[in-house]
Formats: sequence, C-alpha cells, structure tokens
Amino acid sequence: MKKNKGLIQKLTAAPYLVWMAVFVIVPLIMVAYFAFVTDGGEITAEYIKEAGQYGGIFWRSVWMAAVATVICLIISYPVAYILSRMEVKIQSTMLMLVMLPMWMNFLLRTYAWMTLLGNEGVINSLLGLIGLGPFKMLNTQGAVVLGMVYNYIPYMILPLYSVMVKIDGSVLEAAQDLGCGRLKTVVRVVVPLSLPGIMSGITMVFVPAISTFVISRMLGGGGNLLIGDLIEMQFLGNAYNPNLGAAISLVLMVMVLIIMTVMRQFDTGDDERVLL
Amino acid sequence: MENIVSLNDVAVTFDGETILNKINLDIRDKEFVTLLGPSGCGKTTTLRIIGGFLKPDSGDVMFEGKRINDLPPYKRNVNTVFQKYALFPHLNVFENIAFGLRVKKLSEDEIKTRVGEMLKLVNLSGFEKRNIQNLSGGQQQRVAIARALVNRPKVLLLDEPLGALDLKLRKEMQTELKNMQQSLEITFIYVTHDQEEALTMSDTVVVMKDGNILQVGAPVDIYNEPKNAFVADFIGESNILDGIMLRDRLVQFCGHEFECVDSGFGENTFVDVVIRPEDITLAPPENQKIKGIVRSVTFKGVHYEMVVDTADFSWLIHSTRAAQVDSEVGISFGPDDIHIMHKMEG
Repeated sequence: MKKNKGLIQKLTAAPYLVWMAVFVIVPLIMVAYFAFVTDGGEITAEYIKEAGQYGGIFWRSVWMAAVATVICLIISYPVAYILSRMEVKIQSTMLMLVMLPMWMNFLLRTYAWMTLLGNEGVINSLLGLIGLGPFKMLNTQGAVVLGMVYNYIPYMILPLYSVMVKIDGSVLEAAQDLGCGRLKTVVRVVVPLSLPGIMSGITMVFVPAISTFVISRMLGGGGNLLIGDLIEMQFLGNAYNPNLGAAISLVLMVMVLIIMTVMRQFDTGDDERVLL
Repeated sequence: MENIVSLNDVAVTFDGETILNKINLDIRDKEFVTLLGPSGCGKTTTLRIIGGFLKPDSGDVMFEGKRINDLPPYKRNVNTVFQKYALFPHLNVFENIAFGLRVKKLSEDEIKTRVGEMLKLVNLSGFEKRNIQNLSGGQQQRVAIARALVNRPKVLLLDEPLGALDLKLRKEMQTELKNMQQSLEITFIYVTHDQEEALTMSDTVVVMKDGNILQVGAPVDIYNEPKNAFVADFIGESNILDGIMLRDRLVQFCGHEFECVDSGFGENTFVDVVIRPEDITLAPPENQKIKGIVRSVTFKGVHYEMVVDTADFSWLIHSTRAAQVDSEVGISFGPDDIHIMHKMEG
C-alpha cells in the first residue's frame, strides 16, 4: 500500500520533472556546452576569458541594478507598510492599482518614458514654458535606473506587502506599550519581521534588473550597454557569436548566484521563505 | 487610598454605535480591579482607553490626577498583557522580556538582573534562549506577563489573559496573578467575561453591559446584593421571576405572597425577584406554596443541578441531594433568600 502511494506520487510528479528537464536542465547544459566547446568540438576556456574583457560592463550592470534595487526598496517599504495597515477593503483596491501598470506591455511602458524624458519630450516642454532646460534626461544612466525602478517596483512592493500583512497589529501595539514611538516600532519590530520579504523583494528586482536589455537600449541610448545588451548582441545582433554569448550568460549566472548567497547570509536564519 | 486612574464621562462611538456611554470609573491605587461583562459590553474598549490605544470621543482619562487623553501609549506608565500575548516572534524569551528595557537604553547589567528577576517570578528560569514558538500557551502567557511587569508599571492592564488556557492551568494562573499583584503592590486592571475568575481574584468588580457600568463593588457585595437582574444572572446563575412588591417586606410572585426582607420599593411596584439556585431546598410537596415536577438532574461534581418545572416557571436548583426525575417536589426558600430588584430600564 505504502509502496503504491510512493509510486503514484512519483507518477504525478513525472510531468513536472520532464518539464524541468527539458526546459531548465537541458538549456543550462547547452549554455555550458557552448561556453566551453568551440564549433570544431574542442574544449576551451577561450570564451570565458573573452567574457572577462567586458568587466566594465559587468560592473556597470551590477552597479545600476543595485542602485535600482535600493531605490525600489526605499520607495516600496513605506508604501507596503502603509498598505498593510489599511482597511482590508481598501487594501485590495490599492493592490490592484500597484499591479495595474503590469497589465500594459513592458515595451510600451518603457517607450512612454522615452516621450516623457526626450529633449523635446513632455517634461522638457513643460519646463521650457517656465524658461528652464532643456535638460538631457534620456540616454543617461539615470534614465536607465529610472526605467528599472519603474518597471520592477511592483515586484518589490508585493513580497514586502505579503509579509507585512501577516504582522499582527497587536504585536505593534505591544511595541508601543513597551515604549516604542512610531519609528522605533518600525526599526525594532517591523523590519526584523519583514526581513524575508525584503530578501525576496531584492531578489525579484535585482535579478531581472541585472540582465535587462530593453530598458538600457531604449532609455540608455547606445552609451550605457548592460550585460543583457551584450548577450543579446551575441545571439541576435551584429556581433553574432553564440559561444561568447553563452560564456557571458554563464558568468552572469555565477555572479548572481554568488551575490544572492552572500545576501542570504544577512537573513538571520528565518526559515520562512516568501516567494510569490 | 488614592485614585490612580479615573474615567470621567468617557464616551466612545464607532459608526454611530455607542460603545461606551459616558462611563465614570475610579480605580484606587494597588487594587485588583476586574472589568466584567459579556462580549461587546465595552470592557476591552475601556482597557484600550487606559492603555492609550484608543482615544475617547469625549470625557477625561486621568492618571494620578493628570489628564492623559493625548498621551501616546509609549509615554504612559502603564503596561499591557495582550489577549493573544502578542509576543515578538523574532526574539527569544530573554529578548522579549528585555524589550522594554532595551528601548529605555538601560545598561546590559541592569537588563540582565531585571529580566532574571522576572524569569524567576514567572517560573521560567532557564528558558532564556528558548524560541517563543516552542513554548506552551501557559509559558507564552508567563512571558507576556514578565515582559509587561519588568518595566515596573504603576498599572498593569490584562485583557482576558487566561482565555486560551485550559481550566486547570487557568486556576493556577489565577492564584499566581493574585499573589504577584499583592507582592508587587501594583494596580491590576483585569478584563474578563468569566464571573468566577472575577470573583476569585478581584478586590473590586466592575460589571458592564452595553457600554454602561451597572455595578461596582467587592465580589461578596456584588454576589450577595446584585443591583439588578442582569448582574444577578451574570454573577452566578439565578432564577429571575417577575413579581409585584405589594408593600415593604411582602412580595407576590407565582401566584403567592411571600415574606421578604427588602423594603423601600413603594406599594404595588413591578420588580424582578431573584433567587439563587443554591438557596432553594427541595421539600415534600405537601405544605409548600410552589410545587413542580423534576425535569432533569445533572451531576456537577460538588452538587446536582436540577430543573423543576412549575405551572409558569422553570426553576434551577442546586443541591447536594438528587431528587427523582418526574417526581413531584416542593420548592422551599426563606425570606432571606428572596432578592428584590428594580426592573431594568428599557
């Protein structure tokens, strides 16, 4: 009987395992294969070395993704906290407002920022009316970071909110009762209790931000290449070199893995992982 | 003795519904006061007002003679034991108790000493490093009490703190709480809907209903001299009958006239007649004014609980001797056992 149950469990898990194998494991192996094997079939570390030449772009990507993640966190934290303390009825409406931009096409949203930020764009035109500008906003690093923050902020708000909404109001009252003002309550109780949400929020913003290429292409002009652009160029662009592209992807994956592992060390052993 | 907390004409309404109806209450220093009433009577609201978590719409909250309506909770010399303990899940036992002291930035040495004292007081020495989630309900409860008391508040507020514990543990904790209150000489304001708990622990019981205070008094007085039928019924079980006070010391109910000891109700006034189930004795049906048939007999441990039906009333009777079900019995009580009360308004 017990054996049967185990068999059924294995059978029901089978489609998922097949899916994982075909769409996750195999592609990973293929990336590794292309990164280390030449077209002629020789094993080489040449591509990885070549990827190393782009250290500047790697660094810039990490830096800009990190800045965008921090800005997202700073904006989202109070928003999520206020949201989680609202009346339940209002909460669902507000949550929908947070999600609303996500219903619109990603490209379209980013394109909209181009018309806003351009030299003859909406913002500069308005500033021109009062005799200011025009300011160069489009095609700057700032614009790219803005694009990242704008596009990925819901992925920060949602995990933060889902953790904060579980914090019992009476725990916050207990903190006040024991001498904490508003700020102290947040620092001593809300932050430690929302740490899992902070961690998953950082992951969910940082990882897509570090590998994006659309945002940097559209808002950064040609001058602010990110790793994502580099990889895209190797597969679909003029620089066509899938082996190099695979090598860069591999390096990126390893980097993200290392950064995330380091981040996890700050997470003080709370077992609860919050993934949306 | 001096009043430490006073509520003057305190009123609260939510969405047009009256939660507290201009209540007045004086709480004396070092007293164990219980706010007792059914759910929705406003007892927890009263506690939250004293704790500072809720501002009354009108009226004054006084603490040691000073108005504290606008003082936030963290500035009040009052600590609370919350209904579901509200312990900090990210901190261990020691850090939970030390929380208030750390906020006040006391020295590490003093924190250690004071938390150690508290752990001893609540019998949790050796549990310092334990995780909160791994404690039993009773232990969590003790941590919550220690966490509040370690701050040496003048007043400790307790919001149904024993509600989640089983009966035996609850009895033990009742005694412990009472002992703590006496040895620490702190004012306890305790909220409960359990009348037995209220009678056992309190110096003063405040009976509340629908946002009003019905009666304030020592447990013995409230039990023996309930002001109206509601209090009588809430504090212990009662037989409450409609009656007419014919004149001083003579009341009519169940179609008969009875001598009683109450006076001052005027003549031919409608009143509530309250007779405690334990004050009734069963007698042979002959010679008794009230006779009835025994409908049920339930063994309750110390006594039997019996329901006896007469023509127009169903009597609750407690006795150490059981009668036969379906047998006819007489219901007997003395003039002392009849309590006459004004009909409640409304």
